Formats: sequence, structure tokens, C-alpha cells
Amino acid sequence: MSTALTDSVVVKPRRNIELVLLVLALLVGIGASVLSSVNNPGSLNGSFWFQSSLLAVASLAMHITLRIRAQYADPFILPVAVALNGLGLAMIHRLDGSKGTAGDNQLRWTLIAVACTIVLIWVLRDHRRLRGFTYISLAVSAVLLVLPMVPGLTAGDINGAQLWIQIGPFTFQPAEIAKITLAIFFAGYLSVNRDLILLAGRKIGPLQLPRFRDMGPMLAAWAVSIGILVLQRDMGTSFMFFSLFMVMIYVATGRVSWVVIGLILIAVAGTVAAQLFTHVKFRMESWYDAFDPVIYNRDPGGSSQIVNGLFGMADGGIFGTGLGQGQPYLVPYANSDMIIASFGEELGLIGLAGMILLYLLLITRGFRAALGARDSFGKLMGVGLSFVMAVQCFVVIGGVTRLIPLTGLTTPFLAAGGSSLLANWIVVGLLLMISNTARGPVDTSPLHHGDDDSAGASAPPSGDTAPIRDTHVTQEVS
Amino acid sequence: MSELSDLTVTALRFGFLLLIWVLIFSIVAAMRRDLMIGGTAKTGAPTARQLRKHPELAQAQPPAPKQHARLLMVTEGPLAGTQVELAASPVLLGRAQEATLVLEDDYASGRHARLFPQGSRWFIEDLGSTNGTYLGDQQLTRALPVELGVPIRIGKTVIELRP
Repeated sequence: MSTALTDSVVVKPRRNIELVLLVLALLVGIGASVLSSVNNPGSLNGSFWFQSSLLAVASLAMHITLRIRAQYADPFILPVAVALNGLGLAMIHRLDGSKGTAGDNQLRWTLIAVACTIVLIWVLRDHRRLRGFTYISLAVSAVLLVLPMVPGLTAGDINGAQLWIQIGPFTFQPAEIAKITLAIFFAGYLSVNRDLILLAGRKIGPLQLPRFRDMGPMLAAWAVSIGILVLQRDMGTSFMFFSLFMVMIYVATGRVSWVVIGLILIAVAGTVAAQLFTHVKFRMESWYDAFDPVIYNRDPGGSSQIVNGLFGMADGGIFGTGLGQGQPYLVPYANSDMIIASFGEELGLIGLAGMILLYLLLITRGFRAALGARDSFGKLMGVGLSFVMAVQCFVVIGGVTRLIPLTGLTTPFLAAGGSSLLANWIVVGLLLMISNTARGPVDTSPLHHGDDDSAGASAPPSGDTAPIRDTHVTQEVS
Repeated sequence: MSELSDLTVTALRFGFLLLIWVLIFSIVAAMRRDLMIGGTAKTGAPTARQLRKHPELAQAQPPAPKQHARLLMVTEGPLAGTQVELAASPVLLGRAQEATLVLEDDYASGRHARLFPQGSRWFIEDLGSTNGTYLGDQQLTRALPVELGVPIRIGKTVIELRP
């Protein structure tokens, strides 16, 4: 039966489509850089073209890695990531003007991140091997979350939040990496334990409530999120971790009651936090009363940043002022937290909508990989990682456009910041590996020995070894 | 290099917006096949749209098994002869105390495998066990449907589904 199912699947690597789309994506990324320096032709010098070619070389190296190591990986993920990364680089360079260094720094981190992802795909080969690291991931996440509070390592308060660590000249945001390790832990834990959580429970109306003791992990995740909110003073990160857990447990069990309980917990925590902590209260006020002069001029915690971002986007209108023609630098943090507003100003509604669609495509490809994955660990991890990216986009873009209170999460691939870039490229690498096993030929069924060779490397227990191990077991029995 | 004329700059500006959308539409166009528009679904089952157009396809696919598994029977190993009744809920197999069928088998992992119902069939999935789970003579790397009477081997234990 299983062979009949798999025989009907026509598997094509589709790497050539990826190459074509990748060239288009590079055209978008590098074209953005060229356009933003149209008014300043002097900057289109040798070093500019050298930097642009570095981006092209990095993405082509990634493409070649996929051809060799993961030829059935999803062909759309890489071009979208490269396009977004290129757009971000162009905007950061453009905001740098003649003296800033954020753009060069971002390019350096792009290269580091792509290199790390290539190494990851090369070494790991198969995402399923991460399942062995379930509890190690939990420990690593715990360490990463505590790091910003360790004296000596902490970079102190930056923009009111304590999220960064400092090693030498580098600052790093460990929470970005923690989102990956937490997704690995939740996927490993839930793929094994979900039946326990699923089985017991009372039914109230259409909702089947979980037993109280099974809620332990959820309450723990809630407590950790609250801890981040209180100790590190960051709403966005706190919300990101909690929603990651909520979604993964929902996907693992299929119970709506988890989502309902989770939303109630978020609502309770949010209301209480808004009453107790001034920084949360300020954020809330500068959201719903942004245009009140008192709140606009308040320092710290005023709404001038959001409002200026809105003015910028309004100035951009439908078609935008054109790259390099607007004044996005008037907004504080125009190249990180507010980079969406910068794009809204210079590319207009049409350009920004396109970029949001690119995110949408990236996230749906992640979900698609998870849907196709044949192991529940990969499914859960794929969903978790794609969902985190979706949450980040929602929180940042929603915050900048004043749909929800603005909180400091990074815009994946666009915002200036090395840790975010590194983390998101690793997420892309993991999604590519999941999609490789999802789309690739089934590696164990005996009928598929012939076309197993290339993809067989990705699966430790291939069809060949199974009978040997089988007799081994029987020998021990007798 | 001299300054570009306003007209050129404007053309470039709109050209770039166009380029972003060309990228998006190229991706979506290339995705078409993957989204199964107009083609057959990956599982080989007819799509809802095809069913509407060709009602005869629906009859061509009879509902699969008539006999439902009701019992889980241990046929070999320390627990041979044990039976577990199957309800609608998943079954956890392993040495751990919370498992539905606690295997007293040194070659089994704590949480070794799970059997779960989906539609009218039962599937077995390995939970990352040390020694692996075998369905028939094939080691599991993904969830597979279990037919009645096909042996599932976990360590020294062999179990089967019975009607």
C-alpha cells in the first residue's frame, strides 16, 4: 500500500527553477542597491560591485550545496530569503549614507550566516538527527535565555530591554538562537509525549480540556515568557516564545482548548503587565493614543517613533518616493526596528505589499515542507520554525503600522542585526532540510533501492541495512 | 558619471517595483504544480475539483478496508499472549510506565513507538527508539499504515493487529 502511494509521486529536484528564481532574486537585491545610489553615482564604484558580487557568490554557494546535499529541497525558499536579505542590505547601506558602517556589518553577517547554513546542511544532512538533541536543546535554550542577565556578559540595557550579550566588540541577541533550540526541544518532546497529553481530559462543550498536570509544560512556558517580560523587559520576545509553544502543542494534539487556554493566559498576563510595568504601559499608550501631543513628546516611551514611521509611509503613498529619494532616516532605528516603515516610504504600498507577499511565500513554503514531512518531529519543527517567522513579521509589521503595540522583534532578513540574520538563515537551512526529506523519494521502501543513492545519504537507516539489523536482533533472541 | 535625468529615475523606480512583482509572480507560477492546480493530488486521490468534473472517479475509489482492527495482540516476546483492546485513542508502546502497553523488553526504548488511528486505519510510528521498529521486515522511518495480521517487531516483542 505504501509503495502504491509513493509510486504516484513524481519527484523532480527542481534545482534549475531555483537557479532561475535565484538570479531574479539577486537582481532585486542588487538592483535595490544600485537604485538607492542613483543620486550619488560616485558610490557605484569597485567596492560596491565587489560587495554585491559577494552576496551573489554566497547565494550561489548555497544553491550548489543544495544541488549536492539536498537536491530535493524546496526550490522557492532560498530565492525568497536572498531577495529579502538583498533588499535589507540595500536599505541599510542607503540609510548609512557616506559614513555609517551598519551596511558593511550587515553584509559581513550575511556572509557568516550563509556560511554557517551551508556548513549546517553539509554536516547535519538530515533534520531527524536533531531529535537526539531534544533535551540538550532545552538546556541550551535555558542558558541562552539567561545569558543576557549574567554580569560580565550582559550588554546592559539597550533601548530599554536587556536582551543582548557582549563579547569583545560584538553584541549578540541570544534569544534569536533560542527560538531555534526551543523549537527543536518542543518538537522532540511533543512528538513523543503528545499521546499522554492527548488522551486524558474532561470534555466541556465542544472543548476537550487537558488534565491539569499535563498543563505543566504550558504553564512553564508561560512562566518563562513572563520572566522574559519582567526581567529582560521585552514584550515581543516574550510573546514569540509563548506563541511558539502554543502553536506547537496545538499542532501536536489538534486540540483547540490549548489555543483557548493560551490566549486567556496571554490576555491575563498582558493586562496585568500593562498595569504593573511602566514600559508596557507606555507601549500600550503610544499605540492607542499615538497622536496625543503629550504621549508624542514623552521621553522615554513616547510615540514619536511610530508616528514618524506612519508619516514616512504616508509620504511614500502607493508608489513610494523611490529608493534613495525619501527621508526614512528621520525615524529613529530606521534600519532595524522601523525598516518596514523605511521600505513603506521608499517603495510605497506596492513595494511593501510585495515584500509582505515574499514573507507569506516563505512561510507557506515552510508549512508546506512540514505538511510533507514524513516524521512527526520534522513536521512539528517545520511548523514551529515557520510560525516563529510569521509571528515576527506580524509583531513587527503590525507594530510599525500601528495595528498592535510596537515591540522590539527583528524583521527577519531585513533588519540590521547579526544574530537575527544568523538565526533566520539557520531556520531557512532547517526548513530546506525538512523539505528535502519531505519531497525526496521515500528512502526505505524496498522498491526504491535504485533511486535511493543520492537521497539515501540523508536517511541513516536505509533499506539496505534494515534486513541485516533484523537478523541481528533475531540472533540475540535465539 | 553625470546625474541621471528625472525621466530615467522615474522609469527605474517603477521598473524596480515591477521587478519585485515579477519575482513574486515567477515564484507563484513555478509553484502552481506544487499547489496541485489542475493536476492530480500527490496521494493519487482525485481532487475535489476533479470529482466535480468526473463523478465516476468517486466510485472508482472504494472505501478501503472493511474490517476494522479491534485488538492488539502480542504474539512473541516476554508478553506473548497479551491482548489490548483498541479504542479511538493512540497507543503508546514502550518500557515506560505510562505506555499503554508496557513492554518488559530490554531491547525496547522507554517510549518506543506509537500506534494511532487515522480515518479507518491504524498507523505505526517510531518515536526515535534506539533499536528501531520493524513493520513486516522493513524498518520504520516514518509513519506507515498497519494492515491486520502484519507483525510489528519491537526488540524481542512482536505484536499484530487483529479484528
